[in-house]
Amino acid sequence: MIEVKNISKSFGDQLIVDNVSTTFEEGKTNLIIGQSGSGKTVLMKCCIGLYDVDSGEVDFHGRQFSNLSDKKRKNIRKEMGVLFQGGALFDSLTVEENIMFPLNMFTNMKPKEKLERVNFVLENVNLSGTNSKFPAELSGGMVKRVAIARALSLMPKYLFADEPNSGLDPKTAERIDELLSSLTKKFNMTTVINTHDMNSVLQIGEKICFINQGKLCWEGTKETILKTKNKELNDFVFATELTRRIKH
Amino acid sequence: MKILYQIGEYVIIMFQALKRPDKGFVFRRQLLYDFKRLGVDSISIISIISLFTGAIIAIQMAYNIDSPFIAKSIIGFSTRQMLVLEISPTIICLILAGKVGSRIASEIGTMRITEQIDALRVMGVNPPNYLILPKIVAAMIYFPVLIVFSIFLGILGGWIMGSITGLIPSADYILGIRSWFDPFTLTYAMIKTVVFAFIITSVSAYKGYTVKGGSVEVGQASTEAIVVSSILIIFSDLILTQLLLT
Repeated sequence: MIEVKNISKSFGDQLIVDNVSTTFEEGKTNLIIGQSGSGKTVLMKCCIGLYDVDSGEVDFHGRQFSNLSDKKRKNIRKEMGVLFQGGALFDSLTVEENIMFPLNMFTNMKPKEKLERVNFVLENVNLSGTNSKFPAELSGGMVKRVAIARALSLMPKYLFADEPNSGLDPKTAERIDELLSSLTKKFNMTTVINTHDMNSVLQIGEKICFINQGKLCWEGTKETILKTKNKELNDFVFATELTRRIKH
Repeated sequence: MKILYQIGEYVIIMFQALKRPDKGFVFRRQLLYDFKRLGVDSISIISIISLFTGAIIAIQMAYNIDSPFIAKSIIGFSTRQMLVLEISPTIICLILAGKVGSRIASEIGTMRITEQIDALRVMGVNPPNYLILPKIVAAMIYFPVLIVFSIFLGILGGWIMGSITGLIPSADYILGIRSWFDPFTLTYAMIKTVVFAFIITSVSAYKGYTVKGGSVEVGQASTEAIVVSSILIIFSDLILTQLLLT
């Protein structure tokens, strides 16, 4: 379980995340939703330690994380997998080398064990046999899946994904959602996903946090989101014709 | 104020970069990779420029030293001295500042804007140490090799051109390049090259590492890396020459 306690973060005079408190539950797919510019990515980057918070803290299973130095964070980082919006694969490395990278940095596994782990995670994202390809040779969906494989290589307890299906066609996006959700169950991870895609929300949102102008406005599930009375959330959820039809 | 901020930022990044690498084998792999990309890949341009520069210097010397009272061997001697003291270490390093510097700045800058550096940080890696240190070490080891190669090719270019045109008899040229050789001039050239290698790689890496924005900013960082490196090379050349040769 990840506990976010009263986190605030500003850049200059602009308050981006305003006193947000929530919990991300173990073994579940937790979604942070909100409009573009609402502070979702900043909140996630505060959680994974890419931004230092102005106030508040993030605890991973009761272990404080946000106010530690990079060196002291290392133990928790070993248990963390992160999927960035564009995949953030290293261009100069092959798929195999990309996935092996965290294993090289964090473990003393033998080359054979590392290769077995690479093949295992590639199999889990349905990309067996792509070991020697470079990121430039992959499609957008494949890049995302390799990035998921890299995030999974250390068998993390916590998986963070920043808009994992942005820029993908609906079918591929759905596949990525299903993949993340099934891997969460399979490896009993605490998964946190940033998204503004309502298909993802209705498909995999076991716990949903709605962020509006940096504040946490609503928390619930995919079952309760369509019945909410929250005005800002309603404006967000029913912004498209498709969701309006679902409501009626 | 901005320049002070940038100097401070540069020093902090270099402190992070110049730490002992966490994983020796990862560092060695990166080092080999950078030897190829920063060093081996520069051999062709260095060869062409050095060969032609040596040839041009030899012709210009022959044109200027047109007196029966001055031995023809002076052309060989002057060509060698110019190549060893200034042309190869400084001019070739200025060219490397353009080629290697822009490559480093754009590569690291692109990694910054595509969140690859964030990915490294999340994995608990010290990004300046992983990205910058191998480049600095590779350049500081490989650039002196390139400069020795450049000196050799420059002298060869002068000899070939002198022989083809008949301006400088081969025996005189060879006598000239073997005359009054002070080994310290080569040491001086190597010291300059190592300093320039550090300037090129560290400044370019800093410019790339601190990029904010998109592809336009990466281009700007790449240009700034070349400009700043070139100015610092010339400035440090003056200081080193004053310190080492007077």
